[in-house]
Amino acid sequence: MKITSAEDIDALRPAGEATLHPNRMKICVGMATCGLAAGADQMYAALKQRIEQRGLDVLLTPTGCIGYCQQEPLVDVRLPGSGRVIYTQMTRPRARALVDELARGNLPLDSAWAVIDTEQILVEDQEISFPRLAGLAAVPALAHQPFFASQLKLVLRNCGYIDPQRIEETIARGGYRALHRALTDFTPQQVIDEIALAGLRGRGGGGFSTGRKWQVARDAPGESKYIICNADEGDPGAYMDRTVLESDPHSVLEGLIIGGYAIGAQQGYIYVRDEYPLAVERISNAIRQAEGLGLLGEDILGSGFNFAIEIVRGAGAFVCGEETAMIASIEGGLGEPRPKPPYPATSGLWGKPTIINNVKTLATVPLILIRGADWYTSLGAPGNSGTVVFSLVGQVANTGLVEIPLGMTLHELLEGIGGGSANGKAIKAVQTGGPSGGCLPASRFDLPITYEAMKDAGSIMGSGGMVVLDETACMVDVARYFLEFTTLESCGKCTACREGTRHLQAILDRLTKGQGAPEDLALLEEISEAVRTGSLCGLGQTAPNPVLSTLRYFREEYLAHAVEHHCPAGKCTMTDPKIPAALEA
Amino acid sequence: MPRLIIDSQEIQVPHGATLLQAIRSAGVALPTLCYWEGLPPYGACRLCLVEIVQPQREVVAACTYPAEEGMVVETQGRRAEAVRKLMLEFLLARCPTSAVIRSLAGEAGVTESRFPSNGDRDELCVLCGLCVRVCRDAVGAAAIGFANRGAERKVESPFNLHSEACIGCGACAAVCPTGAIFIEDVGSKRILHTWNTSVELQPCPRCGQPYAPDPMAFLREHVEASAHLYGLCPACRRKAALEQLDVVRDASFYR
Repeated sequence: MKITSAEDIDALRPAGEATLHPNRMKICVGMATCGLAAGADQMYAALKQRIEQRGLDVLLTPTGCIGYCQQEPLVDVRLPGSGRVIYTQMTRPRARALVDELARGNLPLDSAWAVIDTEQILVEDQEISFPRLAGLAAVPALAHQPFFASQLKLVLRNCGYIDPQRIEETIARGGYRALHRALTDFTPQQVIDEIALAGLRGRGGGGFSTGRKWQVARDAPGESKYIICNADEGDPGAYMDRTVLESDPHSVLEGLIIGGYAIGAQQGYIYVRDEYPLAVERISNAIRQAEGLGLLGEDILGSGFNFAIEIVRGAGAFVCGEETAMIASIEGGLGEPRPKPPYPATSGLWGKPTIINNVKTLATVPLILIRGADWYTSLGAPGNSGTVVFSLVGQVANTGLVEIPLGMTLHELLEGIGGGSANGKAIKAVQTGGPSGGCLPASRFDLPITYEAMKDAGSIMGSGGMVVLDETACMVDVARYFLEFTTLESCGKCTACREGTRHLQAILDRLTKGQGAPEDLALLEEISEAVRTGSLCGLGQTAPNPVLSTLRYFREEYLAHAVEHHCPAGKCTMTDPKIPAALEA
Repeated sequence: MPRLIIDSQEIQVPHGATLLQAIRSAGVALPTLCYWEGLPPYGACRLCLVEIVQPQREVVAACTYPAEEGMVVETQGRRAEAVRKLMLEFLLARCPTSAVIRSLAGEAGVTESRFPSNGDRDELCVLCGLCVRVCRDAVGAAAIGFANRGAERKVESPFNLHSEACIGCGACAAVCPTGAIFIEDVGSKRILHTWNTSVELQPCPRCGQPYAPDPMAFLREHVEASAHLYGLCPACRRKAALEQLDVVRDASFYR
């Protein structure tokens, strides 16, 4: 069946509704990579087997990641007409016991962690409320759990709510309505104007205005244009894009198709790293479904607009997340960057105007088109509309995937959502932006999270990795870790990055081994400046940030390493070169 | 035709010219390693970093940056010069025994490097990529390429084995700025030591000396007019050319 009208889209909603909120019992298992890593697949199998054994009438279904990755596997039970009762850290024995209880007509309440009794259908500004079952009064609503209370889920709106393999469920939650509106009510220019007016900025971390970027590509001469979804997420500790692709692939596809329409492209690519097999599988499945319904391919929704999407799997080079390297890789060449200008928006893939947008940017686009630029700018901070997604990891009590309105302070994020330190030890710093970012000390946690504030403080917003470090972390060692990463991931094309990162790493290596010298600090700064100024692409230009930001805020730690050959955090194993090895016991 | 100012000197360059072309046409010396007129610019060695003062202060690689109307460029700006010097110091650490690098660094006032070598003190390759690019973009053979990433990056034949695609033309060695590529003719073989590759040489039909790689026989078809000369080794070619001249001279002399 090919969809050609809004009515056709609506006609699919009951099928989605039937599995989203069925008239029989439903058990959902979080089966994104975070859940699978915690054993969700074995647990799913155990549930399935027990359900069959007990002959229980229940719909067992996978869902994506709702964000609380630390507590995976997450399982929830929904009785007809009520909300979802969530159980955390589910094990196979507990899963079997759960089915046994359900078969006896009991819903275990003691071990319930939270209840979802309201669901937001953001696209339509609707809220569905479910009556709370008697006996669940003591179980907090998910929206009141500290980890979720101050989050604002726009990009992650469907994650953990839908079965990502069923397009009908996406549609039941408002999916593809924005595409229909774009193609029927908006000219391409109006789409761009709306996105520009909303102030949407590149969520890959660059923060450039998405609308302005699209405008450049639209205005560039030429018949063939391309749009690429950048899903080559590679920062250590960051998995935002993976989760969105695994948990809600259709929202990304919808944004990509709308972007293609806006700039005048008929071909889109999703460049996704091959280390994300589940994301590749889910997005491939989503593409097939969208094609089957006429939401992708020829004459989309009967509008005459043609658009195809091809998946290109990255082979694991971090630098291929850089726009020009990604383009070279898609063209079949060596994944190394080329100088800009010309910018891809005027001369990119095969020399044609090309737009590259991050997964989260694209997933935001449908919401803006349907709810309007005014609504979007009312969220977040001035000049920083909307939300940002972080993977909150490290020494923080609650780890997982969080989405917050821009402008929230680091303190609110770490203490409110993160629940503070993981182990009672004081939080010392957060590292954002991965190898391109920097470390911000606790004294700056009053900073609002905006592109400008993060940059001024010496870090960057980045794509969304946020690593929390407590007092046991050595900041010189943290810098060394990231430089080791960039040294390995530098493509080696330009002298500044290839040689500069190698020497930075060597100096940090000797500092963390107690073999440094006081003049190493000035040398680090001298090399950092040259690598930042002299490198060909963004990878090299930002590679010194972890060094410069730690030197700026934790200089005394560097001095302790360089002068006293002492690591204040006790992390580095110092072998003082002044003591002959033979004398060391 | 854009007009711009380079080191206080006003100059006009053709449309599409790069900053490096503008700088050189202004007569300003700016040594480079990865730039070669016959190939598209590459931007790898970073020795041509200069500072744009107007319209917006920025340090850029001159070889890849387009020269635009009204630009003001300083080649001796403090920031750009400092980075260039450090690049040379990096390269000196990488190739401590390269005479070319020692001399380039010396001209910039860098005589010693504070940094360790990459493990091989006899390293001569600066990874400018000229060999790879000339082979791929000018010769069309693509017999060699880059392997590995970052500090491990190197130029190799595929899998570091004999390259079937190599035609033995030697263009790689001809463009190499540091003499890092070692090629020699031994008997009836041309051995490209750096690429673990050898190609058979054809014997000269006149004297029997092996002289030109087999895969380059196609060249004769491209120079039909003097095909009989290109079929000969360089020594016999000179002789034959002289004989041809003699014939001409003799004919005109005796007419």
